[in-house]
Amino acid sequence: MTKGWLIAIALLLTGIVASLFVGAIDLDMNSFSRSGEGLNLLVVSRIPRTLAVLLTGASLAVAGVIMQMIVANRFVEPMTAGAGSTAALGVLLISFLLPGASIFIKMACACVTSLLGTMVFLAMVRRLPPHQPLLVPLVGIAYGGVVSALVTFIAFQADLLQYLETWFLGEFSGILQGRYELLWLAGVLMLLAYVIADQFAILGLGQSVSVNLGLNYHQIVRLGLVIVSLISAVTVVTVGIIPFVGLVVPNIVSRWLGDNLRRTLPVTAMMGGGLVLLSDLVGRLVRHPFEIPAATIFGVLGALLFLWLLYFPPKSKGVACLRDKERAR
Amino acid sequence: MIARRLALLLCLYGLFSVAFLTVNARGNWDFVLWFRGTKLLGISLVAVAIAVATVLFQTLTHNRILTPSLMGFDALYALLQTVLVFTLGGFGFSQLSAQTSFFSSFTIMMVASLLLFGSLLGKSVDGRREDIHRLLLTGIIFGVLFRSFSSFLQRLIDPNDFVVAATSAMASFNSINADLLLVSSLMIAAALVATWRMRFDLDVMALGRDAAVNLGVHYKRQVYAMLVIIAALVSVSTALVGPVAFFGLLVSNLTYQLLPTHRHAILLPAASLLSACVLIGGQVVLEQVLNLSTPLSVIVEFLGGLTFLILILKGRNR
Amino acid sequence: MINIQSVSHSIQGQTILSDISLSLPKGKLSALIGPNGAGKSTLLSLIARLHALQHGVITVDGLDVSKTPSRTLARKLAILSQSNTLASRLTVRDLVSFGRFPHHNGRPGAEDKNKVDEAIAALGLGEIAHRFLDEISGGQRQKAFVAMAYAQDTDYLLLDEPLNNLDMKSARALMQTLHELSEQSGKTIVVVLHEINYAALYADWIVGLRDGKLIANGPTHDILTSETIETIFDFEAEIHQIGDQKLVMHYR
Repeated sequence: MTKGWLIAIALLLTGIVASLFVGAIDLDMNSFSRSGEGLNLLVVSRIPRTLAVLLTGASLAVAGVIMQMIVANRFVEPMTAGAGSTAALGVLLISFLLPGASIFIKMACACVTSLLGTMVFLAMVRRLPPHQPLLVPLVGIAYGGVVSALVTFIAFQADLLQYLETWFLGEFSGILQGRYELLWLAGVLMLLAYVIADQFAILGLGQSVSVNLGLNYHQIVRLGLVIVSLISAVTVVTVGIIPFVGLVVPNIVSRWLGDNLRRTLPVTAMMGGGLVLLSDLVGRLVRHPFEIPAATIFGVLGALLFLWLLYFPPKSKGVACLRDKERAR
Repeated sequence: MIARRLALLLCLYGLFSVAFLTVNARGNWDFVLWFRGTKLLGISLVAVAIAVATVLFQTLTHNRILTPSLMGFDALYALLQTVLVFTLGGFGFSQLSAQTSFFSSFTIMMVASLLLFGSLLGKSVDGRREDIHRLLLTGIIFGVLFRSFSSFLQRLIDPNDFVVAATSAMASFNSINADLLLVSSLMIAAALVATWRMRFDLDVMALGRDAAVNLGVHYKRQVYAMLVIIAALVSVSTALVGPVAFFGLLVSNLTYQLLPTHRHAILLPAASLLSACVLIGGQVVLEQVLNLSTPLSVIVEFLGGLTFLILILKGRNR
Repeated sequence: MINIQSVSHSIQGQTILSDISLSLPKGKLSALIGPNGAGKSTLLSLIARLHALQHGVITVDGLDVSKTPSRTLARKLAILSQSNTLASRLTVRDLVSFGRFPHHNGRPGAEDKNKVDEAIAALGLGEIAHRFLDEISGGQRQKAFVAMAYAQDTDYLLLDEPLNNLDMKSARALMQTLHELSEQSGKTIVVVLHEINYAALYADWIVGLRDGKLIANGPTHDILTSETIETIFDFEAEIHQIGDQKLVMHYR
């Protein structure tokens, strides 16, 4: 375990360092000695960007786990199940009604619509028969599709269509100091989720187990919904929609380490941050000096990872043996 | 009752077609009729292609909420087009005639879908139980993978070529690719003939593999035949208008409700007519009556998704 | 003591329980019996506040279940529900550890760890404690859930058809464990049972329900008569006496 951790942390650190030094403008030791130009670039652009990537990836992964615990289903994630598209709807509505709105107003609006949108999704899921888990992701996709169609419709009528992609395709090239700080809110929400990780894990065991253990079920569900929709709204407003992080990462971690969130949530956050960072790096490098959006790269990367997971699941026996050995030590 | 409803659908189709051709038409009638006529033909072809492909797919998977596009079929076609541009370059691609590019995409599409979906559905072909849950997820993920990969390739392509490759992510019934009409008509005709000839087998196959094998259907061969037909139909509709996610679902489920029968000899024409009515009627209302600038596909997606949700929540598919 | 006073319950206009009043003795093993749809599970869920009470009052050790804070009740009574399918992937030990949550609120101490070990040992799960729940058999999973309820270490333990999925040996072992728990640790245990002879052999007290009505309520020995069995289940069965043990011959 400890060895695995060391490797993971080393990889993440390498990624972070790489992220600081890769970009349209070359950054090397020379530029530091010259008049602090390099330092400036680092502080204004590269550090904020790297932080934004990490915060986004980690918080989306955590939001994914919480969503999955709330609906007790492995195959949903906020971005495809309506939270992302309803947040986009909120941004679009406010830009339409109040063109000069500040980013905070947009953000507030996105939070409200995202919360409402997630609540509607949950209300629908509650009406599904519990023995057909495959309906849940389907409903999520259909619901996301309906909301997206609505978004497109409004954009068409308001002549905002050309902005849709620039606003909502998740990418980090526009991140500068002063333009990402909202994401720290997502970081705070993540910490909050960790503090009560046990209660979210119990949610995943279902309502009767939760009530039996004295959990205030509805209160925790509401809290979870707020966390999920705030994280969705914050990321949609600042970087756009990055689908799939909340689906792929929790599933990988769950297959690997299980769902005892107290233990796994840090791993989920790290892996989310790491994979999005990798996507962003690849996006910056493939066609240097042009950039490919991280959401696009993650779509490919995440889908492949997920397929691999679905068809070549890690041998559980092997994992069990490994743990046996560890326990023997 | 069934014959009456079919007749009603046929009348509606005629009515909408006339409306489509004539409402608000001004100027040179020859031109208007020819112009709108090609469009009408294109939309009808697409309508039939989507309806038949969806019903076939649902019979194939014994499930009324799956559609080819939910499983990533049309995303695969769009990806193949992009790959063509990517490998040939924008210039090379524009040298290809529309037919050549269509046919090369279609051929690869057929092979790819047989490989991908054939092996996915193959388990049920061999009689092992396939986990429908996993199948669906796989399809959805394929969709994401294909779409992301084509937008990735599109960004790698030279910006000038990019314009050529930009098979728009949104379906448009307005800008139907007229060069492909003849080819598409022939192809759909062939697919329909093939489908029609296996209509009785389809009725049996809808009962499930074991029942079908028991009743003497050559199950494996029919499954592959159906996959080829579906690949052809999806290629045609995607080439003509672009991807439409929920339309097939809307049409097939409306058909099942309108005509409560298991007989494909009725279901297939009914779904085709209904689909054409919705598209043509919708286009007339949207363009000529409401004068909205939003493309029909967006509205259809909205309504299709909504229908889907209502169907599931009312528990029609349990 | 569990006290149930004039409890009625209906779901979507359909009466599930009508005017049930009874007390279940403290420190004893009570069995709830009756045909399908008699309202056994609903009654159990109402005692465990899984459903909100519509009419009547239920108290556990004097605590009104509809007024007492949920967390307090979680340290007083544990329920094992019938369907235990999980979307989460947890190891047996993880699951059992969650039984300690009402006591430590997320910060487990040494005592919690001991209790978990004890529960795992009591149900004989030591060998598979580190396995994931989706890798073990249905019977083992059922035992893991029982162990979770055990670890919750409450004075009252309610189990809804705990013998489902268990083979004969495991079912017998579980009933013996429950019996010991009431006998030696003085816990009050209420079990919904389908096989009446488990009730005959292990229960101190039997409650018989039919169509939402209370048919029988009393010490096991008094309830096991052909007449009472017939009014509860609607079939004739002979009662045999083997030593001082009564058995219901209902197999043919």
